[in-house]
Amino acid sequence: MNVPMSWLKQYVDIDMDLKAFVDGMTLSGSKVEKIEELGKEITNVVAGKIIDVTKHPDADRLRVMKTDIGNGKVLQIVTAAQNVQLNDVVPVALNGATLADGLKIKSGKLRGIESQGMFCSVQELGFTPSQIPSAPEDGVYIFNTPIILGECVKPYFGLGEQVVEYEITSNRPDCFSILGIAREAAATFELKFNYPKIELKEIDEDVASMATVDIIEPELCPRYAAKIIKNVKVGPSPKWLQDRLTSVGLRPINNIVDITNYILLEFGQPMHAFDYDKLKGHQINVRKANAGETMVTLLGDEIELDDTMLVIADKTSPIALAGIMGGEYSKVTEETKVILLECATFDGYSIRQTSKKLGILSDSSKKFVKGLDPNTITDAIERAAQLINITGAGDVLKGTIDVYPLKREPLTISYDVDWINAFLGLDLFKSEMEEIFMRLGFEVDMLLNTVTIPTFRPDITIAADLAEEIARIYGYDKIPATLENATPTIGGKSSRQLSIDKIKDCLRMCGIYGALTYTIDSPKIFDKLNIEDTNAIKISNPLGEDFSILRTTTLNGMLNALSTNYNRRNLDVALYEIGKVFIPTSSLPDEVEKVTVGMYGKDVDFYSIKGIVEALVNHLSIDNVEYTRNTNIDFMHKGRCASLIINGKYVGFFGEVHPQVSKNYAIDTKVYVMELDLDSLVNSSSPNKVYMPLPKFPVSTRDIAIKVSSDVLVGDIEKIIKQRGGRLLVGVELFDVYTGERIDEGYKSVAYKLIFRADDKTLTDNEVQKVLNKILNGLSCLGATLRD
Amino acid sequence: MKEKLESIKSSALYSIEQAKDLKALEELRIKYSGKKGELTTFLREMKNLSKEQRPIIGQLANETRELIEDKIKHTKIILEKKQEDKKLLDEIIDITLPGKAVAQGKLHPLEQTLEQLCDIFIGMGYEIISGKEVETAYYNFDALNLGPTHPARDEQDTFYITEDLVLRTATSPVQVHTMENQPLPIRMIAPGKVYRSDEVDATHSPVFHQLEGLVVDKDITFGDLKGVLAEFAKQFFGDKVEVKFRPHYFPFTEPSAEVDVTCVMCQGEGCSVCKGEGFIEILGCGMVHPKVLEMAGIDPNVYQGFAFGMGLERLTMLKYNINDLRLFYENDIRFLSQF
Repeated sequence: MNVPMSWLKQYVDIDMDLKAFVDGMTLSGSKVEKIEELGKEITNVVAGKIIDVTKHPDADRLRVMKTDIGNGKVLQIVTAAQNVQLNDVVPVALNGATLADGLKIKSGKLRGIESQGMFCSVQELGFTPSQIPSAPEDGVYIFNTPIILGECVKPYFGLGEQVVEYEITSNRPDCFSILGIAREAAATFELKFNYPKIELKEIDEDVASMATVDIIEPELCPRYAAKIIKNVKVGPSPKWLQDRLTSVGLRPINNIVDITNYILLEFGQPMHAFDYDKLKGHQINVRKANAGETMVTLLGDEIELDDTMLVIADKTSPIALAGIMGGEYSKVTEETKVILLECATFDGYSIRQTSKKLGILSDSSKKFVKGLDPNTITDAIERAAQLINITGAGDVLKGTIDVYPLKREPLTISYDVDWINAFLGLDLFKSEMEEIFMRLGFEVDMLLNTVTIPTFRPDITIAADLAEEIARIYGYDKIPATLENATPTIGGKSSRQLSIDKIKDCLRMCGIYGALTYTIDSPKIFDKLNIEDTNAIKISNPLGEDFSILRTTTLNGMLNALSTNYNRRNLDVALYEIGKVFIPTSSLPDEVEKVTVGMYGKDVDFYSIKGIVEALVNHLSIDNVEYTRNTNIDFMHKGRCASLIINGKYVGFFGEVHPQVSKNYAIDTKVYVMELDLDSLVNSSSPNKVYMPLPKFPVSTRDIAIKVSSDVLVGDIEKIIKQRGGRLLVGVELFDVYTGERIDEGYKSVAYKLIFRADDKTLTDNEVQKVLNKILNGLSCLGATLRD
Repeated sequence: MKEKLESIKSSALYSIEQAKDLKALEELRIKYSGKKGELTTFLREMKNLSKEQRPIIGQLANETRELIEDKIKHTKIILEKKQEDKKLLDEIIDITLPGKAVAQGKLHPLEQTLEQLCDIFIGMGYEIISGKEVETAYYNFDALNLGPTHPARDEQDTFYITEDLVLRTATSPVQVHTMENQPLPIRMIAPGKVYRSDEVDATHSPVFHQLEGLVVDKDITFGDLKGVLAEFAKQFFGDKVEVKFRPHYFPFTEPSAEVDVTCVMCQGEGCSVCKGEGFIEILGCGMVHPKVLEMAGIDPNVYQGFAFGMGLERLTMLKYNINDLRLFYENDIRFLSQF
């Protein structure tokens, strides 16, 4: 909401400095977004009268003009402007002047003749010619009303005005008006609110017989009022009215439109003028459109209506889209003799729906969607008629047609001073609170402790609302900040949250960076990931295809992140993400949290990602872990993907991404990922660790290298070693796997360091050998033989 | 004799003092205390002395020998140390060469902000509660006093799955569930992903992160809300930060406020980040609306509460002067490694 200070000052006597004013308004709830001074950059442009005109001796298109700029000063100005004549009064930019576009004017010679300034067009003062109706399409502006020579021209054009922009919250539709802001300013600074004096001259002809108004949908139109103006003279409105509109960026059009716009700004109440003679049957019917009915809007667009849309219709057809836009057919033109001025309230939600469906927004609809007070109409329509009087735009008929089926009554609620004080943490006297209520225009009954709330404040219905009014007018800044005097609670993270922290710690220690990716994906990822279109949950109103499904795997986000890095030539990248996937069910989807890691780099291979899985398992003290080959995942390398199994349950997969999939993400190197189920990890983590006494006796180690067929899995070998090794075997470390020249084809050599120890004695060679033999015996069933 | 001894002593002590290295020192030892050394020879010649003189000169000679030997020993230690130092200096390396890289991961900057916030609020007795990202319209809107005609429910703002299921637009539904299910008093924060129908640009993202907080207890005041958030702002932005509460409107709180803090870029001087105001908005808050309490089954005549909500992206951007929100979701390692 833009409010020019001069307009505001018409209703409130503000005499503080602007900074103090805007700070105070912000602190009472009307947040000031911006202060703009119109034409701030323009300097040294004054009114001057052309008192002598001669031809330029050396240039046909130039003329030399003596210009009186008051106080006996006369300048010589050379101009190319063709539209100015002797005795014209024009804006003159003096030597040193600055114009709207920042152009600086300096004295100088034009074709050898001294020129001490420049005549200005409205463009040079920052306007388009259509904003200033009296301006010529092209050429220098010529004043058509008296102005003192030598005086700064800015006020004449409404420049120099300070316009303050307020952010109005949606609970305060009343503040989308100059009067609303004035009322707030008065309450904030304890100033007198000078409500406009409305006096009206009406001709002795009654409005009642002229037209009928029938509201068929009172829920959507609680009030409809109309006045009729005869002997209408459509023409430009007076300058003060035009200036008011230009100061907030509205273009003056003609007196009738300008008056409705003025009321829109002053009261926040939209109005519309119909050409009375075009209304068939002189009827106004506020009804829903019939499906398929059409109407041509003021802008000349033909629109098709449906039966949810509220229209203003005459006897036969819609003449306006209620609250949104008038129709072409019934609009006011220069031929209009009689007008019907509409001032009505429409339901905001209905206006919003219609406006959205048809894609039509207007200054009116923007106001109505906020929900207006029908009681504003009483004054607004009278004020409009008063302006018709003042501007001589026509004769106002006596009375108002006012149909008001759903009357909005003021609400009376009681206030409890102690409760408000306790709720806010304040200690105000009853009288202080009552004074604030009165400043806000509430009627206070100090005996019953009740306030009656004006109908333009529908936001106030309960005690907490009254508390807010007290707080904001008293000042949020003056309420002391306290620490709760309440029951203590014990804060902290749950064990699950602590486990998640542990997972993040571990991944960080592995050199992996935290990443965050979008949880909404495009269906295109199914192709990229080489998987069937799963029945991923679809967003019914997506922004576009790219964000239209809820992800069922975190892989797309991770691969995108790796791809970004790869394509920016970042070597060696490892990222993790903890985030959800969404699995459809018959009601709310299952939200499953995943721990995802993705990496590529010089020394990265399958065992790097497996090392991370092992580190996690170890860090979380998870026992009973198995790794099995996994060939089921289409976006993974068939020979290099494993499942993590904990307590016999599948927890997730890890390994190398299918080369084609990496290519789909424009990554030309091997990529390794894991996607593990977070809660399975967390739930298998054993939080209670028990101290194991440090061994008292030394270990004995034996290195063995065995020869087995290449297809024997190392996992199976280790299983047997551990099983056979029993209690005395305390460590098994794989240190070499070899295939090549020095071993028969189809075989590999697997070398282990085996560590033996007893808790109660130092093991003898014999004892170690016995266990070792047992192990070797066991391994022979895999066809393994000891290498030399 | 005595003079001769004195002269051996002074020349020995002097030359030992002057010895440049261990080799020179060894030569001096031989020169004086060696088998044919000057002092040894002198001692040998003592037998020629008179009976009376022998013990006197003998004592002197012994003292001189001890003195010289001590001096040699002492000098040897010094020279040995010198030699060692010299050897170490020969092993000089360029200490400006970079250290060996250690794989080092870091939390995502948004995770770091979240951690910091969790620490602050845990310190004030808050629990951390998470919830579903897909919610029913009831929990996302109705239970928060956003009735069926509220504009926030429009399709242009909210992602719908079905008419009744939405991607939550704030983490507030978690608060409603907590009020419905947990015993009072409540002191909790709910961080998490939220969704709005906004195209991706430098300040918007359809997915972003929020942290909301809720306190419900008897005797909670608006002043307490101010106190908690002022404390939070101090801990997060530093002791010098100035906190300003401005009236605002949210359907689920009454009274409501927006909180501004001294601009972190210009320390209140006024800059492009704060649009010259010296203050920047960081969060919204208010006293829980009685209707919201009531709908969650809490008697607003007995209990009050306050709630607040802030965006992790915004806080993090302010904290590190990050000018483009998209950086958080690109996950470029050169970005992630800066924090």
